[in-house]
Amino acid sequence: MIKKLASCVREYKRDTILTPLFVALEVVLECLIPFASRNLVNALEQGTEMSVVLKYGLLMFIMACASLACGALSGYYCARASAGFAKNLRKDLFYKVQDFSFANIDKFSTSSLVTRLTTDVTNVQNAFMMVIRIAVRCPFMLVFALTMAIIMSPSLAMIYLLIVPVLGFGLMFIAKLAMPIFRTLFKKYDALNESVQENVSGIRVVKSFVREEYEIEKFNKASQILKGDFTNVEKILAFNAPIMQFCIYVTMLFVSFFGAKMVVGSGSANLNVGDMQSMLTYSMQIMMSLMMISMIFVMVTMSIESAKRICEVLDDVSTIKNPENPVTDVKDGSIDFNGVKFAYSVEADKNVLENIDIHIRSGQTIGIIGGTGSSKTSLIQLIPRLYDVTGGELKVGGVDVRNYDLETLRSQVSVVLQKNVLFSGTIKDNLRWGDENATDEEMIRVCKLAQADEFIEKFPDKYDTHIEQGGTNVSGGQKQRLCIARALLKKPKILILDDSTSAVDTATDAKIRKAFADEIPDTTKIIIAQRISSVQDADQIIVLDGGRVNGIGTHAELLKNNNIYKEVYTSQTKESAEKEVS
Amino acid sequence: MPRPPYVKDPNAPKPQVGRIIGELFKNYKGRLTLVLVCLLISSIAGSIASVFMNRVVAIIEEALLIYKEQGAEAAMQYAHPPLMKLFIIMLTIYIVGIIASTTQQLNMAVVTQGHLAHMREKMFRHMEKLPIKYFDQHKHGDIMSHYTNDIDTLRQLISQALPQMLNAVLTLVVLLGIMIYLSVWLTLLVFVGVFAMMMVTKKIGGNSAKFFIRQQKALGKTEGYIEEMIEGQKVVKVFCHEEKSKAGFDEVNDALFGDAFSANKYANILMPIMGNIGNIMYILMSFVGGVLVILGVPNLSLSGQPLDIAVVVPFLGMTRHFCNTITQGSQQINAVAMAMAGAQRIYSLIDEEPEVDDGYVTLVNAKIGNNGELIECAEKTNVWAWKHPHQDGTTTLTRVEGKVELNEVDFGYVPEKIVLHEVSIYANPGQKVAFVGATGAGKTTITNLINRFYDIADGKIRYDGININKIKKDDLRRSLGIVLQDVNLFTGTVMDNIRYGNLNATEEECIAAARLANAHDFITRLPEGYNTMLKGNGANLSQGQRQLISIARAAVADPPVMILDEATSSIDTRTEALVQRGMDGLMFGRTVFVIAHRLSTVRNSDVIMVLEQGRIIERGNHDKLIADKGKYYQLYTGAFELE
Repeated sequence: MIKKLASCVREYKRDTILTPLFVALEVVLECLIPFASRNLVNALEQGTEMSVVLKYGLLMFIMACASLACGALSGYYCARASAGFAKNLRKDLFYKVQDFSFANIDKFSTSSLVTRLTTDVTNVQNAFMMVIRIAVRCPFMLVFALTMAIIMSPSLAMIYLLIVPVLGFGLMFIAKLAMPIFRTLFKKYDALNESVQENVSGIRVVKSFVREEYEIEKFNKASQILKGDFTNVEKILAFNAPIMQFCIYVTMLFVSFFGAKMVVGSGSANLNVGDMQSMLTYSMQIMMSLMMISMIFVMVTMSIESAKRICEVLDDVSTIKNPENPVTDVKDGSIDFNGVKFAYSVEADKNVLENIDIHIRSGQTIGIIGGTGSSKTSLIQLIPRLYDVTGGELKVGGVDVRNYDLETLRSQVSVVLQKNVLFSGTIKDNLRWGDENATDEEMIRVCKLAQADEFIEKFPDKYDTHIEQGGTNVSGGQKQRLCIARALLKKPKILILDDSTSAVDTATDAKIRKAFADEIPDTTKIIIAQRISSVQDADQIIVLDGGRVNGIGTHAELLKNNNIYKEVYTSQTKESAEKEVS
Repeated sequence: MPRPPYVKDPNAPKPQVGRIIGELFKNYKGRLTLVLVCLLISSIAGSIASVFMNRVVAIIEEALLIYKEQGAEAAMQYAHPPLMKLFIIMLTIYIVGIIASTTQQLNMAVVTQGHLAHMREKMFRHMEKLPIKYFDQHKHGDIMSHYTNDIDTLRQLISQALPQMLNAVLTLVVLLGIMIYLSVWLTLLVFVGVFAMMMVTKKIGGNSAKFFIRQQKALGKTEGYIEEMIEGQKVVKVFCHEEKSKAGFDEVNDALFGDAFSANKYANILMPIMGNIGNIMYILMSFVGGVLVILGVPNLSLSGQPLDIAVVVPFLGMTRHFCNTITQGSQQINAVAMAMAGAQRIYSLIDEEPEVDDGYVTLVNAKIGNNGELIECAEKTNVWAWKHPHQDGTTTLTRVEGKVELNEVDFGYVPEKIVLHEVSIYANPGQKVAFVGATGAGKTTITNLINRFYDIADGKIRYDGININKIKKDDLRRSLGIVLQDVNLFTGTVMDNIRYGNLNATEEECIAAARLANAHDFITRLPEGYNTMLKGNGANLSQGQRQLISIARAAVADPPVMILDEATSSIDTRTEALVQRGMDGLMFGRTVFVIAHRLSTVRNSDVIMVLEQGRIIERGNHDKLIADKGKYYQLYTGAFELE
C-alpha cells in the first residue's frame, strides 16, 4: 500500500527528499542554540568581558538565521511536496476511474468515489505532510536534545529516564484508547450527514407528509448520540495536556532544585546557571517531540483507513480492456447475438440474460419491449461492449465486439442511456461531446432531427444557453431530446435509444422516429420503449421477459401470437380503459 | 418542472464570529466562566516559573558567595532551606495548575461538542422550516457543506483557536506583569520583538489565511467537477470522452495544487520564522542584559531589584516563553479566518426567512353525531373535519370532502415571469382530475400551489370552500397525498419507508398498502423482504420499484385528496394498469389529481385539463375531448397516426 501511494510522489521527489533534510538541519541548529546560549549565560554570570558575550551572541545569531533559513526551506519544500503528492494522487485516482468499465463503476457508488477523491486524499495528504516533516523532526529532535542534555549534565539527564517513558506511555495509552472510538465515530458522522442529504433532496416528501418535526427529532437523536461519543473521546484526549504539563513541571522542579544544589555544592564546577537554563530548554524540546509523535501516531493511523480506500480504487483492474491488434473499422450496422448469456457478477446464480439469439440487419429499426426488470437495458449495453457477455458471442458488423478497438466500436454504436446526464456548460458544449469538431450547421441539423431545435431556438441564448450541472434547468423531455441530438452527432452506424423519449410527448416522439426513418435510413436503430406506439412501426419488435426473448416479429405478428405484447397493447388502448372503468 | 432561476444571496459578507462566540457564552455561561478561571490559573502557573527561576538563581548567587568564603558545606546549608521552601511552593502551584488545565480541557470538550450539536440541530431545525423555494434555489451540495465543512471550521475555532488564543493573551498579560515587576528596561526590549512578530504574522499569516480560503474554494470546485464527471461516468464512457474529462480534471486539479501549495507554504514558514525571531530576541536580550549588568545601569522596576544576573536569566526564559506564546497564537490565524467564512455561511442559512404560516383552520378527526352533525374527537375515525375558529370565539366544523377549486389563479416563480395564467379548476369530491400537456406547460406548478409549496400571485384556491391561505400549512398538506416522479426514499427498511406515510400504521396496514401498490410481490422477493435496508435513496432498487414503494407510502397515509405527479412514469404499462386498479379502489370517493405523459394513464379521468404554456386550453372527459377534435385529440391520435 505504502509503495503504491509513494509512487504518486513522482516529480516532487526532490521536494520530498529535501524536506526532511532541511528539517534535520534545522533540528541540529535548534539543539545547538541552547548550547551556545548556555555559554552566553555563563559568560554573563561570570561578568567576563563583553567580547565573549558578543562572540557567543554572534554565533547564536548566525545559527538562528541558519535555522530560520532551513526551517523556511523545509516548510517550502514540504508544502510543495505534499500539495504535489495530493495532486498526483487525485490525478491517478481520477484517471483510473476514467478507465473503469461499467462493471467497475457499478462496484463503487458515486458518492464513495467522490469521498475517496476528496476527503480521503486530504487525509492522506495531511499524513504525508506529517511524515516527511514532523515525523522526521520529532524523533530527531528527541535523540539530539537528549544527547545534548546528557553531554551537559549526565546526572540531571537521569530525570529523562523516568519522565520520557511516563510521558511516552501516557500519550500512547490515550491515543490507543481514543482511536477505536474515533473510527466508529466517523462512520456515525457520515451517516448523520447522509440523513441531512436525504432531507435536502427529499424535502418535498418531508413537507408533503408534514414530517418536519419527525425528521428534526430523528436528526436530534442522532446528533445527541454523536455529541455524547465525541465528548467522551475528547475527554479522553483532554488528558494529553495535563500529562504533558505534569512531565514538564516535574522536570522543571527537578532540574531547578537538584541543579541548584549541584551548582552550589560544586561552586559552579560541575554545573552552572547557564547549564540549568539550557537543560530546561532541552526538556521542553524533548517533551514537545514526544507530544508530536503521539499526535502523528493518531493522525497516521486515522489516515490508514483513507489510504486503504484509495488503494482499493487504484488496485481495481478495469474488466474491459482493448484487445491486441484491434479491428478499427466497423463494416456496417448489423448485429448478431449468438446464444448470448450475461450476468452482472460471476457469483450470481441466475443469469440476467439467457440464450439470446437475435439477428439484426444493417439499417433495420428494432423495437424492444418488456416489463420492468426484463433486462432490456442489459441487452443493449452489450452491443457497445459496456459489459462483456458471459457466454455466447455478440457480433457487430460481422466481427465479435471483443475484437474491436473500444473507441472505434463505441463511436459507431451510439447509446442514449436511460439514466442520462447533461454537463454544465452551454448546449453547444454538450452537443460537442458527440463530435468535437461539429460545425454549427451540423449541430442544428441533429437538433432538428431530435426535435430539439424548436425549443432551443426559444431560449434567449439559443445554442449558447448555459446548462446547469445535471441539466436541472431544462425539463425532462428537453433533456432527453438533447441527449438524443448529442448521440446523433456521432454519426453512428448503430443508434440505441434506451427509453429515451419517455418524457417526450407522443406527437414529438412520433416526429423523432419519422425523422430517423427519413434522414438516417442506413443507421441501425434500436428503440427500447414502454409505449407500444414508439415501437410498433419497427421492422422487428423483440419482446423480452425475465431475461429471455419471448417473441420476435412485427407489430401485426406479435399482436396475433404474443400474449405479453397483446396485454401491453391493450393496456395502452382505448378499449381496455373502458373495461377498467366498468 | 421549470425551476426558478438561481438567485445569489445579495447580502454582503459580515463577520459572524462574534455571533458564534456570543451564542456560545449564552449557552455555557457557567462552564465558560470556569474555563476562563482555569485558563487564567494555568497560564499563571505556567508563567510563574520565571519568578521561580529568578528566586533560584538569586539563592544560587548568594550561596556561591558563601561557597567562596566558607566552603561547600556552609553554602549548602545556606541554600537548602530556601530552595526547599521554593520547591514546595512551586509544587503546590503546579498541582493547582494541572488541575486547572485538566478541568479546562474537560469542560471545553463538553462545550465544544455541545455547541456543535446545538448549531447543527439549530441549522437542521431551521432548514426543515424553510420554504421549498430555498431548496430550489440552492445547490444541494452547497446546503450540505454547511453541515460538513462549515461546522468543521467551527470545531477548529471553538476547541482549539479560541482557548489557545485566550491562553496566549492571558499568558502574555501575566508575563508582562512579571516582566515589569523585574525590569522595565528589559520589558521595553521585549516589545521590540513583539512588534517584529506582529508584523510577520500580519504579513505571512495574512497571506496564509488568504490562500487557505482560496484553497477551500478550489477544493470545492474540484469536488464539483469530480462529482459531475463521476455522476455522468457512464455517459463519458459511451462517448469515449475519457481523455477530455481527464484534461478538464487536470485543469482544476492544477489550480487546486497552486492554492494548496501557497497556503501551506505560508503556514509552514511562519513557524520557523517566528521561532527564530524568538531566538534572536533571546540573543538580543542576553546581549543587552549583559551590557546593562556590566555597565551597572540602575534598574527601573516594581520590585526594586537591582539589574543583575538574577533578573537577566529569568528574563531570558520569559522572552522565550513570550515568543513561543505569540508563535502559537499566530498558528491559529488560519483557523480563525476559516471559521469567519464558515460562520458567515452558517448564519446565512439560519437567517433565511422561514416558511410563514398564518393559517388557523385545522384538520381534526370527527364523528357524526345523532343529528348528523359533526363532533370533534381524538380517535381516528376516517372522517375528517376542518375546524374553523371565528372571531366571535365560536368554531365550526366542516367535513373534509376533497373539493378543490382554483379561481383564476396566476402564478410566477419570479414576479416578473408569470407561468400560470388564469387557471380555474373545479374538482368535486371523488373526481379524478388529470393534467395533460407538454413538459413545461405548468402541470407540476399547479400541484405546487395546491399544497402551498409556492404561493399564488393572484386568484384564489379553495379547499372544501375554505381559502387555503386560512388553513394551517401542516394540516393542508396532511390532507393531501403526493406521489412525485422523482422518488426520494430514506435510509431505513422498506417497512420504515412505507410507514413514513403514517407513523402509526401497523405492519398489516403497511403490507396492505404495498399490495395495493402492487409492490408486495417484488418486496417479498428482496433478500430480507420488508426488512431489507434501503440505502442511498434506494440505490439497490430500480426506478419502477422505487415508484411502487412511494405509491405504497402515500396509500398508507390515506389522505382525502391525492396528487399523482408522473407517479407511474417508470413503471411498465402492464404493471401500471394493476397499480391503477388498486389506486382507484383506494381512492374511491376521494379526489385525485393525476399528471401524466402517458395518455393511457389519464384516459379514465372524470376531467382532463389540457395545458399549454400555463393556460388551460381544453377541458372535459376523454370522450368529450376526443369528440372536440382539439389538441387532446391530436395528442391522442398522434400515437396512432403512423399506423
